[in-house]
Amino acid sequence: MEELINLFVKTVFIDNMIFAYFLGMCSYLAVSRTVKTSMGLGIAVTFVLLITVPVNYLLHTYILKEGAMSWISPTLAGIDLSFLSFILFIAIIASLVQIVEMVVEKFAPSLYAQLGIFLPLIAVNCAILGASLFMQQRNFNNVGEATVYALGSGVGWLLAILGMAAIREHIKYSKVPAPLKGLGITFIIAGLMGIAFMGFMGIKL
Amino acid sequence: MKPLNKQNPVLVLVLGVCSALAVTAQIKPALVMGISVTIVTAFSNLIISLLRNGIPNRIRIIVQLVVVAALVIIVEQFLKAFAYDMWKQLSVFLGLIITNCILMGRLEAFALGNKPLDSFIDGIANGLGYSIVLLIVATVRELLGSGTLLGFTVIPRSFYEAGYVNNGLMILPPMALIVVACIIWVQRSINKDLQEK
Repeated sequence: MEELINLFVKTVFIDNMIFAYFLGMCSYLAVSRTVKTSMGLGIAVTFVLLITVPVNYLLHTYILKEGAMSWISPTLAGIDLSFLSFILFIAIIASLVQIVEMVVEKFAPSLYAQLGIFLPLIAVNCAILGASLFMQQRNFNNVGEATVYALGSGVGWLLAILGMAAIREHIKYSKVPAPLKGLGITFIIAGLMGIAFMGFMGIKL
Repeated sequence: MKPLNKQNPVLVLVLGVCSALAVTAQIKPALVMGISVTIVTAFSNLIISLLRNGIPNRIRIIVQLVVVAALVIIVEQFLKAFAYDMWKQLSVFLGLIITNCILMGRLEAFALGNKPLDSFIDGIANGLGYSIVLLIVATVRELLGSGTLLGFTVIPRSFYEAGYVNNGLMILPPMALIVVACIIWVQRSINKDLQEK
């Protein structure tokens, strides 16, 4: 249990998706205009991460990894399919996003109205594929760890985009040099927030 | 020619920023990344443009993703075979070319509605626009951060003896954002029509 909490804190603050790896930067910069929409996107990203990473973990452990298929029959033990992981991960993500969209539309129309426009965008959000690829690299021991990792990445992303949106709502009232307006100042804010987040790097868990 | 400056995918359209920042601490990985993205963009544009009349509209995103993923796997396996160190260094970010928004953006906006040859050229131009930004950022960061260019030391030893110290901050990830912001600043000062109100 303690290990899981450590992993969670570590992925939220130290290995933050946005500030340490720049994943999901495109939608991060494009959607962070207001706090309300960024909240919606953040929740949608966390939600999709929570579903896709464990599924991809199972896929990786039982089918793609070197020698993973030995549970079917010992003769398959020598097969290494890991070069297929990109194409299978992205296919899983795209189809799961589609399914999630349909389920949410059917059973929770109010949630769908809020998340609706963001869900299709998420299939091509680098944070989702990135989390699956990092999961593959880190060799987690069981599904639980992979799930906690997904939750941590999602919450970290949510925090980062909320902070950014809050700052951007206020920066409207300040004088920004004309060429920096909009995109430029957003990059600088993100850079400064990143430096602030680097303060967490010293924490040893 | 537009994608190089006024329609630059990274600076103006804000596409593909994720990987643009992560691989730019040194010039070499940035160069490899730029070339890989250019190749993948060009060929995925070509393939999708050839297939554009046969793809049903509803499932086009999945078709596009599969084409792109297949191309990325080819590039990845090629690098793994011929440039193993580079492959290790780029690791996850090679896979992330798949979700690079430049690809999806160009496929949706251009390849689905244009002839194969035009799409191919459009892909190359956008890939180059992306590579240029990558190279500028990487040059600034490597020069100031480690005092080297492509791994060769360029800052004379006498500078270090006089008390010059490499700026370690430039190597850290957040500085990539700030360098890009400076490039945007310069570019928008020159092209006034790009400034946001």
